[in-house]
Amino acid sequence: MLKINNLQASIEEKEILKGINLDIKPGEIHAIMGPNGSGKSTLASVLAGRADYEVTGGTVEFMGKDLLELSPEDRAKEGLFLAFQYPVEIPGVSTTNFIKSAVNEKRKYLGLEPLDAAQFLRNMKEKMKLVEIDQSLLSRSLNEGFSGGEKKRNEIFQMAMLEPKLAILDETDSGLDIDALRIVANGVNQLRTKDNAFLVVTHYQRLLDYIVPDFVHVLYKGRIVRSGTKELAKELEVKGYDFIKAEVDQELA
Amino acid sequence: MHEENDDILEQITSSEYKYGFVTDIEADEAPKGLSEDTVRFISAKKNEPAWMLENRLKAYRHWLTMEEPKWPNVEYPPINYQDIIYYSAPKQKIAPDSLDDIDPELRKTFEKLGISLNEQKRLTGVAVDAVIDSVSVATTFKEELSKVGVIFCSMSEAIQDHPELIQKYLGSVVPATDNFFSALNAAVFSDGSFCFIPKGVRCPMELSTYFRINAANTGQFERTLIVAEDEAYVSYLEGCTAPMRDENQLHAAVVEIVAMEKAEVKYSTVQNWYPGDKDGKGGIYNFVTKRGICAGAHAKISWTQVETGSSITWKYPSVILKGDYSIGEFYSVAVTNNFQQADTGTKMVHLGKNTKSRIVSKGISAGKSQNSYRGLVSVAKNAGNARNFSQCDSLLLGDKCGAHTFPYIEVKNNTAVVEHEATTSKIGEDQIFYCNQRGIDTETAVALIVNGFAKEVMNQLPMEFAVEAQKLLAISLEGSVG
Ligand SMILES: Nc1ncnc2c1ncn2[C@@H]1O[C@H](COP(=O)(O)OP(=O)(O)O)[C@@H](O)[C@H]1O
Ligand SMILES: [Mg+2]
Repeated sequence: MLKINNLQASIEEKEILKGINLDIKPGEIHAIMGPNGSGKSTLASVLAGRADYEVTGGTVEFMGKDLLELSPEDRAKEGLFLAFQYPVEIPGVSTTNFIKSAVNEKRKYLGLEPLDAAQFLRNMKEKMKLVEIDQSLLSRSLNEGFSGGEKKRNEIFQMAMLEPKLAILDETDSGLDIDALRIVANGVNQLRTKDNAFLVVTHYQRLLDYIVPDFVHVLYKGRIVRSGTKELAKELEVKGYDFIKAEVDQELA
Repeated sequence: MHEENDDILEQITSSEYKYGFVTDIEADEAPKGLSEDTVRFISAKKNEPAWMLENRLKAYRHWLTMEEPKWPNVEYPPINYQDIIYYSAPKQKIAPDSLDDIDPELRKTFEKLGISLNEQKRLTGVAVDAVIDSVSVATTFKEELSKVGVIFCSMSEAIQDHPELIQKYLGSVVPATDNFFSALNAAVFSDGSFCFIPKGVRCPMELSTYFRINAANTGQFERTLIVAEDEAYVSYLEGCTAPMRDENQLHAAVVEIVAMEKAEVKYSTVQNWYPGDKDGKGGIYNFVTKRGICAGAHAKISWTQVETGSSITWKYPSVILKGDYSIGEFYSVAVTNNFQQADTGTKMVHLGKNTKSRIVSKGISAGKSQNSYRGLVSVAKNAGNARNFSQCDSLLLGDKCGAHTFPYIEVKNNTAVVEHEATTSKIGEDQIFYCNQRGIDTETAVALIVNGFAKEVMNQLPMEFAVEAQKLLAISLEGSVG
């Protein structure tokens, strides 16, 4: 589904990603962990097509297409979804209206008729239950004045509505209390099928108790320095990132 | 990356003006230039009574003593008033006996603009007065309206058929001496609309005037007068377009509204004059005086404007709140793009007791444009318990445009409560990227954000026009953000 080969990217002449390799197959959940500043959000942004980042090398194939050739909106419509670490606020645009636009833009791209109001509403009701989000929140301006937890739940709600093939969750767990965390994880687990995949970026192993990954990768200084199963996450929790940092820095030296 | 944004910005701002066509039709024109003879020529063309010519000449003589205002925050080369044609009429019978007699070319022109002069095709319940260059070519639903006592006709006809009303009200709200452009208008105006809603009548349909400039080198000077007697109600709409031309054309209109006791007048404008091209060439100079008076107690006048066109806009639809408990409202969305300049706002003049006014202004600037809000709230000594609330928001697209706010407040009564709030925001790259990531392309994202920003004003428009106006907003900004 997603094949990242030796991906390098920089921002303002500063090299951040220094050769990432990653292969994600349908039905899999991959977790990316790593200390702050290691390049996790950068990787997510580059995959989503943020213009600030310059790809300086490597290739990315998504659903058989050259991802890097696609515009950000086409990547989205091909089925790539990013749950933002810091979702933005858009005053005056109701959340419902926004999601409706997004859903219908995607349908248009796929050659489908736009959903009529009734179908959309039915769909929305169903997905609202999934992430325990309230109607009143959805009639408010997008993310405006939402609490941190509400913003994150709104991201997962949008994911549920858009039914992506690959969802990248960038620290969706940070700033969530244990109940919100459970709700988010529950949403992800219910949306999981054998045809879609998740790339879960997190700083803590806590989330992985709820969303159980098939693979865990450690990103450090712009490279994936360790890959393993969820046992690796457990080990990290006990030992902290320092032991990996020390090992890697020694290897690099 | 900034360069990349500028590219996208450029693409969006370079959209085409779709009303820019010219109708090929023979016109009856006055010779270029302005003198007493021009004024007499226009008056004679219209067969006007002596008193009307006298009014015009007085206005003209006064105009000669005046100077063009220099205080607006706009820049343009000096206008040569001798280089303008002051009267241009399509060659057809000026007032066709029936709608069937309208020149097919003219009918087609309006159809192309989405205005049907065919009463059978009435879809929206809107009566239309269609004005092209200097004359009104058709007014629909006159008969149906006259059944309830509503007069809706061109200004030329009103001068002939209702001289007592015209003599009483024309110039009563905006006197010729008011300002440079109102004096010019009073001297040379050639047509416009008149509506009169008698006591206690709720006008059964929306009334509207559609203005079209067609001829080259002409100025358009129309005159609109709306009178609502006690407890009358009317909702009035104004729309306008012009061909794309490299020269600037002058449009100096005057609109007057009189609302008596408990009367309500809602005046909505969707202004889409040709804005000039993306390099700032051509476009309409839109120098307009609009004013209403709440003459009786509990009267209400509400101005709603969506301003997307014109290369320069200079207008301040105002309300004089004379009657106690009267209400004035001003809702405005002004969009400027490329090299457009707008200096627009309102004046709320509180004279009566317990009068209320509300101002909601949303300025959207893109390209290299300049967008200024200029507003005056004044409360006279005897206007006890006056209330005003003003909200002026500016939205910037890109960093080469400007937004300015000039609120003036003059309060002479200490029971007044005058509140002013202002915000400036910018469509951020983060917002655009967020939308992109959800599959919404940049243009659609801008339209979504802009319409969200302008929603409070758009909601004031009559339903039929709200959708059109929303599309217009999006089109005016096509290509303006990254
Ligand atoms: N806009 C930016 N300008 C300059 N440096 C940036 C920018 N965004 C991120 N970086 C740098 O890139 C590195 C990786 O950041 P990020 O991908 O956000 O890390 P993580 O998500 O793993 O915490 C950091 O050193 C950070 O300072
Ligand atoms: Mg991060």
